[in-house]
Amino acid sequence: MSTQVFYFVATLSIIFSLMVIFAKNPIHSVLYLILTFFTFTVHYVLLNAQFLAVVNFIVYMGAIMVLFLFVLMLLNLNNETEPSKSPLIKIIGVIAGCCLVVTLVGSFKAASINSPLILKNQGLGLVENLGKELFGPFLLPFELSSLLLLAAMVGAVLLSKRDEVEA
Amino acid sequence: MDTGFIIEKFILVAVIFGISLVIAMYSTYAERKVAAYLQDRLGPDRAGPFGILQPLADGLKMFMKEEIIPTTSSKWLFIAGPGLALLCACIGTAVIPWGSPMLIGDKIVPLQVSDINVGVLYIFGVVSLGVYGVMIGGWASNNKYSLLSAIRAASQNISYEIAMGLSIIALLLMTNTLSLKEIVDQQHGWHWNVLYQPLGFLIFMVCSFAETNRAPFDLPECETELIGGYHTEYSSMKLGFYLFAEYINMFVSSAVMATLYFGGYNYPGMDYMATLLGPTWAPLFGTAILFAKIFFFIFFFMWVRWTIPRFRYDQLMNLGWKGLIPLAIANIIITGVVIAIIEKF
Repeated sequence: MSTQVFYFVATLSIIFSLMVIFAKNPIHSVLYLILTFFTFTVHYVLLNAQFLAVVNFIVYMGAIMVLFLFVLMLLNLNNETEPSKSPLIKIIGVIAGCCLVVTLVGSFKAASINSPLILKNQGLGLVENLGKELFGPFLLPFELSSLLLLAAMVGAVLLSKRDEVEA
Repeated sequence: MDTGFIIEKFILVAVIFGISLVIAMYSTYAERKVAAYLQDRLGPDRAGPFGILQPLADGLKMFMKEEIIPTTSSKWLFIAGPGLALLCACIGTAVIPWGSPMLIGDKIVPLQVSDINVGVLYIFGVVSLGVYGVMIGGWASNNKYSLLSAIRAASQNISYEIAMGLSIIALLLMTNTLSLKEIVDQQHGWHWNVLYQPLGFLIFMVCSFAETNRAPFDLPECETELIGGYHTEYSSMKLGFYLFAEYINMFVSSAVMATLYFGGYNYPGMDYMATLLGPTWAPLFGTAILFAKIFFFIFFFMWVRWTIPRFRYDQLMNLGWKGLIPLAIANIIITGVVIAIIEKF
């Protein structure tokens, strides 16, 4: 049952993420990206990581993508206003893409697919266990990353403040 | 998963869905009656006794109106917008515990669709998703006033979600659980969270007004500046969906407030009533009490709407970022310190 659901949702993820790239209108791209994130939420639920699922739902779908949509609506990108790309940039893009594919294929080959990762603790994704892990063995990295986020936030506020003084 | 379970949940979902729609319908009537009362008028009184059939007449009117889709709009998203708004409004009811488990025949039926262990966060997620209906509809209309309204809705929701989340964190520090069912059970016997978290409740309530786009924070629908707001181009039942979604949102956020802070289906003398009425009818009585609390909050939403004038946009942002967020953070710190002191001694 859950394997079938996985294959169904995984197919949807791939289709929606392809649509993100192929959609002509940037707003449509963002909407497909939201759908892609929704399928990720379903994947997390299938992995019994309910907390991650709901956080992915709130943070990515509910906050970050709203801001993406917000910015795109303000910019109002149309087909006419889209800057035409020079052939050089296109060639560079193709080469970079090929490099990425080679790296990905190489890393998949190197990874041992025959020994799948099995969770020792099935309930690791639940809030209580995750909290104990984060605030126990992983306290230092957790606090460091929160400091990093705080620094980024202060930086953003500082940037917007300076504009105000100059204007 | 047996069929009995599926049938039981299906009936529960259908009943809750029906009740939400009926309450949304009669909220429109109540809104006009409350407005009339506060302004010393009569309000709708033509259709049926006391105008009680007015919502039916309005609904019929909505269905019969001509449906106009602007030629310059992006058609699919124009249709998807109101649908999404209504969907997001309705799915919030899934995790709210409507009553204590009820004995039907020889089976104990929980009056809650799903008691997931991240219930509070689920509600929060649904709330944050609700803005997409407004944004997509406003953008797809291809009208600058609708677009402005959509952008206003987005920034307002994002800003007030932060303060809302922070006020919930202070509550969660006390409850130690994210399951709404457990939060309600902890409040049994006058341990209502509002008594321990009055500031948190105040912040949460102000944020719910902003999240449901209700006055005094109904900037996305500010008709003096934006014609009609995000639904300017909408007509017929699509407009109806948007209006309905607003009232269902109001119902759901009233239910969440009653559940998180006012004890849900708990009431004084609950244990005595449980012995008096038996295991079948006592839970239903609790549900009735919960609905009484919800109706009070819906009335409160309307009361505020017809009492306080609309905020200016910069005032709204100032209140959210410079007023509520620092207050909510201070609330978290105070709660944390008090809990630490209590645990120490």
